[in-house]
Amino acid sequence: MQSPLIPNLSDQEISAIDNEIAHAPCRAAVAIDALKIVQSHRGWVSDASLQAIARHLHMSAAELDGIATFYNLIFRRPVGEQVILLCNSITCWIKGASQIQQQISARLHIGLGETSADNQYTLLPVTCLGACDRAPVMLVGEQLHTHLDDAALELIFRSREEAEE
Amino acid sequence: MPVIRIDGQDYEVKEGDNLLQACLGLGLDLPYFCWHPAMGSIGACRQCAVVQYQNAEDQRGRLVMSCMTPVSDGAIFSLAGDKAATFRQAIIESLMTNHPHDCPVCAEGGECHLQDMTVMVGHRDRHYRGLKRTHRNQNLGPLIQHEMNRCIACYRCTRYYRDYAGGTDLAAMAAHNHVYFGRHEDGVLESEFAGNLVEVCPTGVFTDKPLQQEYTRKWDLQSAPSLCTGCAVGCNTLAGERYGKLKRIHNRYNSEVNGYFLCDRGRFGASFVNHKQRLDWAGRRSANGRFDAIDSDQALQHLAAACQRGGLAGIGSPRASVEANFLLRTLVGADNYSPGFSAAEQPLVELALSLQQQTRALIPSIKQIESADAVFILGEDVTNTAPRIALALRQSVRNIAYTMAAQLRLLPWQDAAVRNLAQEQRNPLFIAALADTRLDDVAAATLHLAPADIARLGHAVAARIRTARAHSPATLSPNKVSPNKVPPNEVMDEALQQQADTIASALLDAKRPLLLSGTGCGSAAVMAAAADIAAALGSPAAATVTKGNVNNSDSDSDSDAENSSTTASKVDSDAAGPAVMLCLAVPEANSLGQALLTGPSAPTLEALTVRAVGGEIQTLLVLENDLYRRGPAADIERLLQHVAEIIVIDSLDNPTLSASTLALPAASFAESEGTLVSMEGRAQRHFPVFLPAKERRASWQWLLACLQAISHPRTTDLQHFDDVTNACASDIAALANITKAAPDHLFRNAGLAKVPRQPHRYSGRTAMGANVSVHEPKQAADEDSALAFSMEGVNQFQPGALLPFVWAPGWNSNQSLHKFQTEVGGPLKGGTAGAKLLQQTGAADDHAAPLSPSAFKPVTGQWLLVPRYKIFGSEELSAHSPAIAQLLLPAYLEITAADAERLQVDEGDGVQVMDSASGATLATLEVRINDTMADGCAGYSVGHSAHQGSIFNLVAGTGVALQKADPWQRRTQSAPGADLIATDSPTNSNTAAPGGPNHV
Ligand code: SF4
Ligand code: SF4
Ligand code: FES
Repeated sequence: MQSPLIPNLSDQEISAIDNEIAHAPCRAAVAIDALKIVQSHRGWVSDASLQAIARHLHMSAAELDGIATFYNLIFRRPVGEQVILLCNSITCWIKGASQIQQQISARLHIGLGETSADNQYTLLPVTCLGACDRAPVMLVGEQLHTHLDDAALELIFRSREEAEE
Repeated sequence: MPVIRIDGQDYEVKEGDNLLQACLGLGLDLPYFCWHPAMGSIGACRQCAVVQYQNAEDQRGRLVMSCMTPVSDGAIFSLAGDKAATFRQAIIESLMTNHPHDCPVCAEGGECHLQDMTVMVGHRDRHYRGLKRTHRNQNLGPLIQHEMNRCIACYRCTRYYRDYAGGTDLAAMAAHNHVYFGRHEDGVLESEFAGNLVEVCPTGVFTDKPLQQEYTRKWDLQSAPSLCTGCAVGCNTLAGERYGKLKRIHNRYNSEVNGYFLCDRGRFGASFVNHKQRLDWAGRRSANGRFDAIDSDQALQHLAAACQRGGLAGIGSPRASVEANFLLRTLVGADNYSPGFSAAEQPLVELALSLQQQTRALIPSIKQIESADAVFILGEDVTNTAPRIALALRQSVRNIAYTMAAQLRLLPWQDAAVRNLAQEQRNPLFIAALADTRLDDVAAATLHLAPADIARLGHAVAARIRTARAHSPATLSPNKVSPNKVPPNEVMDEALQQQADTIASALLDAKRPLLLSGTGCGSAAVMAAAADIAAALGSPAAATVTKGNVNNSDSDSDSDAENSSTTASKVDSDAAGPAVMLCLAVPEANSLGQALLTGPSAPTLEALTVRAVGGEIQTLLVLENDLYRRGPAADIERLLQHVAEIIVIDSLDNPTLSASTLALPAASFAESEGTLVSMEGRAQRHFPVFLPAKERRASWQWLLACLQAISHPRTTDLQHFDDVTNACASDIAALANITKAAPDHLFRNAGLAKVPRQPHRYSGRTAMGANVSVHEPKQAADEDSALAFSMEGVNQFQPGALLPFVWAPGWNSNQSLHKFQTEVGGPLKGGTAGAKLLQQTGAADDHAAPLSPSAFKPVTGQWLLVPRYKIFGSEELSAHSPAIAQLLLPAYLEITAADAERLQVDEGDGVQVMDSASGATLATLEVRINDTMADGCAGYSVGHSAHQGSIFNLVAGTGVALQKADPWQRRTQSAPGADLIATDSPTNSNTAAPGGPNHV
């Protein structure tokens, strides 16, 4: 049973989801897209958001949650402003991804799966970003960074800090 | 039949089976997890691997999953081969890496499929030394315990819960080795069939929560074949006892009735047996109005004396056994015996019986219901009145999937493929009901109508079928009945006419159409309409017609064996015409037995009341019946006030017992033997699981003792329970076959021994009572049945009616069942339990169609009372089970939002229900808004306890006025569970999301 307390989706979210539904054989078929759309607006998918999406797609919350939790990149817990996806699969690992991770952790005071105190960054491992020829690599938000080393990291975070100020 | 070679030996197997079910059917031990006999194969767990060889020369072979491999003539397999054996060990070892090994504290321990399989594959040493993943468990309500760490990710639970039972609130979450089976958030599992998870899950993830309050292992349970008394479906159960308490109910397989599954009322509703308000001693009301406990002999003397005084009348009970009712009727005389139905219910049950006797249609078993290819439900909310049938209907709508699969040469057990193929395509299921039902999600169309309109729709469907038949030369019209008559000057509205067209053509297209109705909407016209459609559709092709008698009375075990298959038990109808099925639900476990016992026009409660008021009745004997549930309190009081001596035999305290002058403690179904007749006319037997404590006795024993005390001529030579059954069978022609319900007390298994109620590992039997006496007690004798209160005996190959528990060497869990079946999913080796009683004449089908009732016309300011049943709360005894008591709602009245606005009430407000004729207030109930209620109808929650007045003051079909109740104390929260809903703010959101957060 749906509680009246579940917040509605925003008009923007609804129109984006409905746009997907228009191209799909049935409402439930757009479940993944709908989750991505809501996540792009809210940063993550809370229980309440999930229930609202489920209601909009005429699915049960359990069914949608099964889909949401299956995918690593649908966030069911809050994340920082930027999500760092650091590749740790074979090529990047050979080229020193572990050291890169230590560097990042030391700089932002977070381990894998954690969010920095200022809520700026969440650090997550990922298996392959499709840029093995430029390993080691990571994605910060939507920006791909390649050939990572100490200097590159310094540059990336410095310029981001400056951009903020 | 194909011949396959397994480990050098040739076996004949059934065409179309998979290798796993073939092996199990052959009695070979082969481990498996994800396969389930009712749900087929998905090949997920890889536990059932065997080696298959290309040909006789092939020495290496390759691994195949036996559950995914169809048997084919000449195929060569090895179960024992090294490659397969090592692989199966490795699978268990990998499952075990995350398993907590907590068997000693696990409720599954001792009957765990995972334990059995681990031992079977010979895996012993765990090599994994790393951390194990752990999960947070959920609170799934009072019925089911959740312990996710024990999960081996076989996916049986979600396949059962979602795919088979249609539940939507349980899903597989997350991925990899932290996949999680649970709800989106904590809360009661919504499905009425959730309890089957306890038996479906091969590990200790889902277990019986009430059992854990006072836990007993399977090997310590004393069990007996029993029956569910929750409704008229008559599901077979295994009831287990320890220390004088009924511990749990498990499913007892009956290939024709409940198959592998029960509903939650049946599984969790039986613990009223342990209720503290059980009557332990006989009581005599003294002059000051209080009850004095008396011993049984004194009680018997009082009883016998009262029975000799004359002016004797008796009220039987549709929830008591055939035998007890028969003895009461013998004692008081047929003219003075009322079957104990309410005034409204008695004609309905009698009608249900006569419609079934006079139709030519098949009265289907549950297995046959599963084979229906088009269904029309008229008025009956089966999920709440005969729950197990709803689960069967969910399978029937899937028959199209098997047809499509057959065209592509997919086998029915290839579950994922078959489901994928059909997607949302279903066989047509039409529901005409008073309001929404729990089957709406699989229905082709649902209509919400008042009872009279449901009947009109039914007759309109029948008329269209007759017209179509008359115009089609290809189909033989079996009966030349005039077209249905509609009252003059009444035309059905167009939308309804269109629906009638659609339904009629779907039923005409079907090979196995099923009409389903019953007493549940309180209307005779609705049942008659269902029977009318059945008549229009013609006679069942399968039934053999001999001398005007239709005989489909029993599907004996031979024909069962031919018909059964694992997932799709489709019984193909032949070319002669459709096999029409007519299923009519009646309210209680022995309602139909009562109708058969008395025949039509037995004295009603009203008739007895008139006689009591006239001073004709001095002594009234009431058998297991709370009369206050049988009609308006004022009417019942009128009856009781005019009787000097009221003798009540019952098990649980109730208002009728409180009004008695002599109270006799009855043994419950779990402490007594009895025959009950289910809604399809199947007589079945339940046996005592344990001896009744204190002064409790089976009702039939009280009555027999009384009959003998007064030297009643009919009972002088009756001694055993079987004698009573035989006497009843010989006195009442309609019940002649009840003796076949189960073997009598002289039966000895394999000609040798009684059937033991205790497994051979039963512990502590010499010490269990040491707190009372240190001397080893003598084993209790059971003179009345072929079962023994003992570990000694033979529990193998006996008739299905005498199966007290399932266990086989190496198979401690309920999966050992296949050792008792002729083949997987087939009948039990000892034969299917129960005997069908109904003799069908088919007479009605040749009569003129009944007249359609007039349309229902809502009147402003007046509502038609219609009954709304609830699986938890509408049935008397199960509502006393502590676990179910937690799920009960206060009595309510369902009205539409528009009506609520008119009355200026909201959900949760109180509403007074008043008789429109007299203006008297009948009851005060809580408002529930249900916009699907048929126009002009108000639905009251049958059997629930009302705020004021009694819900039994309300009688279906009466016109009432409604008025807001003021003042009113709200009973339920306005927004249930509001505090459980998380907000969007990230700060306090980390509560739920099982599995989700683990990704990082
Ligand atoms: S909870 Fe039980 S049934 Fe479900 S996947 Fe786990 S072990 Fe299998
Ligand atoms: S209540 Fe009815 S459907 Fe449920 S288990 Fe009992 S007999 Fe079967
Ligand atoms: S039982 Fe065959 S793969 Fe699971």
